[in-house]
Amino acid sequence: MITVESLTKKYGGFTAVDDVSFTAPPGRVTGFLGPNGAGKSTTMRMMVGLTPPTSGGALVAGRRFADLPNPGREVGVLLDASAQHAGRTGREVLTLAARSMGVPTRRVGELLERVSLTEKESRRRVRHYSLGMRQRLGIATALIGDPQVLVLDEPANGLDPAGIRWMRDLLRGYADEGGTVLLSSHLLHEIEVVADDLVVIGNGRIVASGTKAELLAAAGTVARSPRTEELARALTSAGHEAAVSPDGAVRTDADAALVGMVALHAGIPLTELKTADGAGLEEMFLELTASTQREGVAA
Amino acid sequence: MTALTVTRPAAQVATVHKRASFGRILGVELRKMFDTRSGAWLMASIVILSVLATSAVVLWAPEDELTYEMFASAIGIPMTVVLPVIAILSVTSEWSQRTGLTTFTHFPSRGRVMLAKAVCAVGVGVVAIPVAAAVGALGNVVGTAIAGTDPVWNVSAAELGNIVLANVLGLIVGFMLGVVTRSSAAAVVAYFVYTLVLPPLSSLLASTQEGFRDAQAWVDFTFAQSRLFEDGTLTGQEWAQLGTSTLLWLVLPLAVGTALVMRSEVK
Repeated sequence: MITVESLTKKYGGFTAVDDVSFTAPPGRVTGFLGPNGAGKSTTMRMMVGLTPPTSGGALVAGRRFADLPNPGREVGVLLDASAQHAGRTGREVLTLAARSMGVPTRRVGELLERVSLTEKESRRRVRHYSLGMRQRLGIATALIGDPQVLVLDEPANGLDPAGIRWMRDLLRGYADEGGTVLLSSHLLHEIEVVADDLVVIGNGRIVASGTKAELLAAAGTVARSPRTEELARALTSAGHEAAVSPDGAVRTDADAALVGMVALHAGIPLTELKTADGAGLEEMFLELTASTQREGVAA
Repeated sequence: MTALTVTRPAAQVATVHKRASFGRILGVELRKMFDTRSGAWLMASIVILSVLATSAVVLWAPEDELTYEMFASAIGIPMTVVLPVIAILSVTSEWSQRTGLTTFTHFPSRGRVMLAKAVCAVGVGVVAIPVAAAVGALGNVVGTAIAGTDPVWNVSAAELGNIVLANVLGLIVGFMLGVVTRSSAAAVVAYFVYTLVLPPLSSLLASTQEGFRDAQAWVDFTFAQSRLFEDGTLTGQEWAQLGTSTLLWLVLPLAVGTALVMRSEVK
């Protein structure tokens, strides 16, 4: 369980994180989503005591992180896979973590296996590791204390598709066993497939949060018809927002059943009717973060 | 993979975890000084440089200068560089290699980590100096045997103690500069400014400014330390001068640097 309460971080006149509050409950994967520079990493660093907050605070497993007697046994943290000593072997990095937490060093071998780093790779120095291998090593470091809470910043960066699949299954299994998982990403698709709950941040502020189902439902419906304009008008006169998107589909905030009824009453044939789903969420993500995105909103 | 995932109660029973003992932090920090290739070489260089310095004396020193004092001072020169560098890197690597992200999440109490680093660095110095002194002693025995003269043991126990103290002070200066700069390159440069640039400036100032002349002994750290390498023992006043200059150039900046480390952001 992670509770973030009104976390705020100011650098001079610049507010990097502005009154961020959310909860990551146990048994669920909470996705922390936002464009680059939105304040995800700063929020996570404040949660684990590496950055002193200007105001507000965070509780992990019911306590402030700094008050946890042996944090590594309760919270697995991966903030930056590249932040490893280049001259240490992967095995040595894990051995140091095990010793720091006071767990038996036989866990090192177990964890190497769990993250699929081979014996030979584990004896190489981290400077020779690819980013994907560093991510695996970072995950192993986070897991070695067998914690109940995981805090992972962009853990899928640098992983190949098989690696992303592996990570997704690992986090899913972890949450299914009652663990709390908070992971950040700036890629919607990456987080959409694994997260149960989403917290979307832009310009240091939370712009949306809720279960993925809620956010998907809010994303509306997509319908296609040979008589697109008529369908859009019918929906609008029925009191719903509707617009024809450039690809010729009608997007509306009404749910699919309602769109079907409206079309039936107006005698308009439908060729396709579905919830907006991922595409809608992506649009929402771009929209929500539009004011904070460097590129501005696309279409 | 969907929102239908059932929330189950936590499978694991919450266990009470104990706070890491200071001994455990010490063990981890000591291991970190040796477990990289550069760290291991740096440690090995203590012995290697001692052997090289000793060999140089055996090969090139005139026979009548083959005394233990000669060996001790020859070995002392590389030590005054290697030991501070060891101390510097033990601190700055947390920032330059960004391992601090892991270290300070495993041990959120930064003060305990910094103290453990200080203890390890001083410990390495306290072990390294006698090792280097032993290499010098061996050189004295072998060198005089080759030359066919009697070995001269002209360094007293008190003088050896002073040399150890001076080297440990230098090492702590390195540690302090590591804490203050949190950058390997900046700390090494600062160390050479401290030991090579400031002393002549201080002398220049003392020779041109009458007012500074009397104060120099109290505020010039290198000047006060140099007496530790001179023959004999220090007077009470000389100890007091070492104390005030240490306070000014070592204790004070170390306190400020530590305070900054405690509240800085680890990125």
